[in-house]
Amino acid sequence: MTVTMKTLIRLARVAALCVGGALIAALTGAAPAPSNDAKFDATQAAKGAELAAIGNCGSCHTAEDSKPYAGGRPLSAPFGTIYSTNITPDPDAGIGKWSEAEFVRAMHDGVDREGHDLYPAFPYDHFTKVTDDDVKAIYAFVMTRDPARAQRPRNDLTFPANFRASLRAWKTLYFRAGRFEPDPTKSTQWNRGAYLAEGLGHCGACHTPRNVLGAEKLSDAYGGGDAERWLAPAMNEDSPAPLPWTADEIFNYLRYGFDARHGIAAGPMVDVVQNLAKAREEDVRAIAVYIADRMRRPVRQAKSNDEANAFAQLQESAAVPGMGRDAIPARSGGVASDSGAAVFEGACATCHYSGSGLQSTKPVPLALTTSVNAPDPRNLIHVVQSGLWPASGEKGAMMPGFAAELTDDQLVAVVSYVRERFSRQPPWHDVSQNVRAIRGTERR
Amino acid sequence: MNSTPSPGLLLSRREFLTTAGALVVGFSLGTVSDLFAQRPQEGAKLPGSLASTPMLDAWIRIGADGTITVCTGKGELGQGIKTALIQIASEELGVQPAAIKLVTADTRTTPDEGYTAGSNSMKDSGTAIQNAAAQVREILIGRAADKLTVSADKLVARDGFVVTDDGRRAAFGELVGDNLTHVRAQPQSKLKDPRTYALVGKPLARVDIPAKVSGGAAYVQDLRLPGMLHARVIRPPSYGARLRDVKVADAETLPGVIKIVRDGNFLAVVAEHEFQAVVAMRALATNASWEMRNRLPDPSDIYGTLRRLPADAIVDLDLNGQAAAPARRLEASYRRPYQMHGAIGPACAIALMKDGTLTVWTHSQGVYPLRKSIAELLHLPEDRIQCVHAEGAGCYGHNGADDAAADAALIARALPDRPVRVQWMREQEHAWEPYGPAMIADVKAALDADGNVVEWTYDVWSNAHSTRPGGAGNLLPAWHLETPFTQPVPKPIPLPEGGGDRNAIPLYKFPNARVVHHFIPSMPVRVSALRALGAYANIFAIESFIDELAAAASVDPVEFRLRHLDDPRARDVIVMAASRFGWANYPAGKGRGRGFAFARYKNLGAYLALAVDIEIDRESGRVKVLRAVAAVDSGQPVNPDGIRNQIEGGIVQSASWTLYEAVSFDTNAITSTDWGSYPIARFADVPGNVDVHVIERPGAPFLGTGEAAQGPTAAALANAIANATGARLRELPLSRTRVKATIGA
Amino acid sequence: MIELNVNGRPQAVDADPATPLLYVLRDHLALNGAKFGCGLGQCGACTVMIDGKAAFSCVTPISALPGRKITTVEGLGTADNPGPLQQAFIDEQAAQCGYCIAGMIMRAQALLEANPSPTDDDIRRHMMPNLCRCGTHMRIVRAVQRAARTMKNVKNGAGVNVTTK
Repeated sequence: MTVTMKTLIRLARVAALCVGGALIAALTGAAPAPSNDAKFDATQAAKGAELAAIGNCGSCHTAEDSKPYAGGRPLSAPFGTIYSTNITPDPDAGIGKWSEAEFVRAMHDGVDREGHDLYPAFPYDHFTKVTDDDVKAIYAFVMTRDPARAQRPRNDLTFPANFRASLRAWKTLYFRAGRFEPDPTKSTQWNRGAYLAEGLGHCGACHTPRNVLGAEKLSDAYGGGDAERWLAPAMNEDSPAPLPWTADEIFNYLRYGFDARHGIAAGPMVDVVQNLAKAREEDVRAIAVYIADRMRRPVRQAKSNDEANAFAQLQESAAVPGMGRDAIPARSGGVASDSGAAVFEGACATCHYSGSGLQSTKPVPLALTTSVNAPDPRNLIHVVQSGLWPASGEKGAMMPGFAAELTDDQLVAVVSYVRERFSRQPPWHDVSQNVRAIRGTERR
Repeated sequence: MNSTPSPGLLLSRREFLTTAGALVVGFSLGTVSDLFAQRPQEGAKLPGSLASTPMLDAWIRIGADGTITVCTGKGELGQGIKTALIQIASEELGVQPAAIKLVTADTRTTPDEGYTAGSNSMKDSGTAIQNAAAQVREILIGRAADKLTVSADKLVARDGFVVTDDGRRAAFGELVGDNLTHVRAQPQSKLKDPRTYALVGKPLARVDIPAKVSGGAAYVQDLRLPGMLHARVIRPPSYGARLRDVKVADAETLPGVIKIVRDGNFLAVVAEHEFQAVVAMRALATNASWEMRNRLPDPSDIYGTLRRLPADAIVDLDLNGQAAAPARRLEASYRRPYQMHGAIGPACAIALMKDGTLTVWTHSQGVYPLRKSIAELLHLPEDRIQCVHAEGAGCYGHNGADDAAADAALIARALPDRPVRVQWMREQEHAWEPYGPAMIADVKAALDADGNVVEWTYDVWSNAHSTRPGGAGNLLPAWHLETPFTQPVPKPIPLPEGGGDRNAIPLYKFPNARVVHHFIPSMPVRVSALRALGAYANIFAIESFIDELAAAASVDPVEFRLRHLDDPRARDVIVMAASRFGWANYPAGKGRGRGFAFARYKNLGAYLALAVDIEIDRESGRVKVLRAVAAVDSGQPVNPDGIRNQIEGGIVQSASWTLYEAVSFDTNAITSTDWGSYPIARFADVPGNVDVHVIERPGAPFLGTGEAAQGPTAAALANAIANATGARLRELPLSRTRVKATIGA
Repeated sequence: MIELNVNGRPQAVDADPATPLLYVLRDHLALNGAKFGCGLGQCGACTVMIDGKAAFSCVTPISALPGRKITTVEGLGTADNPGPLQQAFIDEQAAQCGYCIAGMIMRAQALLEANPSPTDDDIRRHMMPNLCRCGTHMRIVRAVQRAARTMKNVKNGAGVNVTTK
């Protein structure tokens, strides 16, 4: 991607402001507030819990082996690695000394108690839309968590990101503070969904593409993005799902992690779904209504509904090993091979076949899933390599990963084969480099 | 961790034995001493299973070459019984364990001991073998006395010989002959003095483990007979579904397919190689169309359904006594969902129909009852059927084993002279095995002003806990035939063992107590025996409620239990578990809780007390068991390590049931069809530490131990959660969602 | 014909290439160690090592295996001459029904080859794919710890008799 001249000039202007900006920031930075011993209203904290669930706060602010909200989780940013902060009420390691006003300011303006700008890895560009009342409820929630002493590791950032003053420049270019404004032409439910998705849900933080400086390209909102090496698919009219998502289906996916006509929540969405289970059901529905509206497609694609289903069934029936193996020949121009077909039949068809019998745990037909139809193979590769493992004691789709069972070449072959067998989209040509890049990055 | 018991019992025996010559006098006069307590009371029936199989050589056979074969009608289920029986037999015969060849349940050769179930193996078979071995030894000594012209009291049996004190000896093999041991057992035996035990009571290494860690043939799944074929059954998609139509052409032409067997709704395919059978099964499943008929009950109201179904009210206890006036009343209701056995290895069986005789290799718990039911299924006389027990994966009750045996029998009949191996798929075992029944318990009690229980009412609702074959009517494939067998109306298992009312009568001393078992014959979901039967839910309910009463009386839960128990062995396990746990010094902390429970399995079996220490994750509601400490009294331990293994395992398994498990279904079908839809505890979920303290009672009767931990674990966890959160959960499983709901944000 | 390398020995197998390794091991090669538990890659009873990594043999087609090293529990030792991990399981009596144990041993072997000094947490986390229904988990963890100590002693020349292939 190239940086335009216009941007360079803006940067230069902003750089000139940097020093001045830093000075101003220092002067206006808040003096340390007294530690907050106030008791918190249980109802408000409970409301905050539901809102924090939508914000998915616990996911970023909890590392794999840390106490909840104690931070330390590495997040790969465009310019290096940032570690999430400890937001438990510990007075030293956490935010125990923060007043409600300071917390609100952080969420709305992206500055800490001392007035320093915060890295937008913390998506205050979304949280700025959240109402005061809701932020205060979240404050009550975090302040009633168990304090944890954990100190997070130092951020590991490269220039210019390691220079806090650059943040001021970035914010000047890309950050507009301000509460959500409802659309009077839309329903209350739609507006509630929009408020939550655009604000706390920060869906666009993953699902909207970013420019070279890491800011969301709002002109292409929900046009698809990245999250931790996974593809966050487009949620606008470019959604790769072969069947259009209805609001009910999005609700199923968000609330239960699964919809029978689309697929399973995997990767970074697993945490989101686990948290949304704790949010109010009507709020999750509202988000689904809003996102479904964003995904609405022009009429020309509506007829693909039955076609896609029929196609999926045909593909599936041919997947019973030894039966009709060649019923649907691989398309020309593809890279799929016989070895991919053989691997599929021995490794995958066991579950991914269309036979009747015990249906309740049968996977969604591959032809209908977003990952098989996506613009790049990353998500399918992740799932094939690492499988799907529900949390301990929880029900969910369980699929083994094939990282040990298959070599890189075999993974490439089966992923390529699945694409060409089950998708009408053009073959992927970057399977090999993605398999190699993703291998070994999973945590089992 | 074997502990000496409190004085009481042991002291009286020691006193007895210090009387010189007491042993011999006791034996020759035929007086009964309670030291050798495996023996029955005077004039009573033969000990253990000798009562039904009295000939000594049915149990112990000695060849002319000296080989010793011990036969048991019980099967190895993974509870270590092979090893324990070898210990008992070798102890009494005076040989090394390696000298014993043990043959387990086989209708061709071993006694009929019914089912290996109910934790009765040591009591029934162990006792029989102990007495038979002792009597065989004495007969051999008697014969040697003649042969060597020495008096019997100067002879001992050692390592397969009868030896004199001057070095002469006669080998067992020389002595036996002329059907020397083909005699009826006597009611009394000259059993070894437990204080001289070299093998019994010692943690002898399990005889089956070396093969299991090195790929030796150990399971029915490992049997390979010459010419064996592989079969798979295509089961219906749900209870009662009817096979409308199946196009077999595609499957018939698949590589290796030998035959497709259809009889009504029973559909199976046979192939040369195993995977070929799997592929053909899938092809047939794809081409079969079923008409769904039965409806399952509404899963959101299963307990309502159970209360409304017709039930027979059986009064198990109606005790009316004097007591102080009630000062306070409490009541509560407890619930337990359907739960599954979930053995790691789905059911498997091999059958061979040859020369008019059908032999079935099976991991059924009862080879004799199975034989009878297969005879009925195939309309053959029983003596044309043989059933041989071969170990399966862990058996926790009536699972798919008998049904798989019936599948194999039906298919083998269609393919005479070829052994046919049927292996159930995971989804089939999950969906079709009979589950532990859902149960409801309503408890009410009254405390007097001093906090003692003066009134107690307990009502339990349950289906049958045994639908074992029996007869063909309880075999799954029999229901699917063109001319089907009907499942018989089940009967409750009578007390003292009980089914739904197992352990419904508390061991505590209550002056007024009424226990009613509401037996529900109609079974909307397939059910039968799951480890501990009704004891799991009843002990969960009773021991949870005891804690609720203790709290109402402001008495420590351990102390409260002791106040209401006078059985010294019960008191001993409670005191030991509490003290080893550090109950008195438990440091309460945020999100931490401790819980206690006690029960005597069936009020007849082993005594067990358990304390657990848990930590609850505030954000998720997940319960982590940090530590569990148990004390168990199984009477005379045969293999103390086996006891510990069974209790540790029982605690871990029951914790999984209690925290995670409920079979799920919708109105069409069972939806728990794999490990994703029926999660069980994995390595990260099991307790951090489990300590089991075995209280030894030398010479006391063997007490069934395998099921003793299930109920107490459930209650201890519920009590610990209540201790940690202040909230009482009464519906199983104690899932993270339910726990989180009690914690709030 | 598909050429496999099982426990260091070449095996030519006449089976459909889509056949999962588990069935070939049991049905064609009469090796009992790897077990059928689910066929879905969920329980680990079928665990073997492929090129030193623990793998589910029930979802690995033999077509994916020529040129790769397959190790089953039979390759670690025999009942008379058990390898260190097998001996550790015997010493700890780490089995009840034992059906899951061969799979547990292979999963643990892969761990110890990669990490000779695992903590209890390491072991529990690593063993997650394998299910045990009898509740033998704690003994299994102790057996793995015991084997780790033995294997370290071997490396340090403590003269312990070990069979490796």
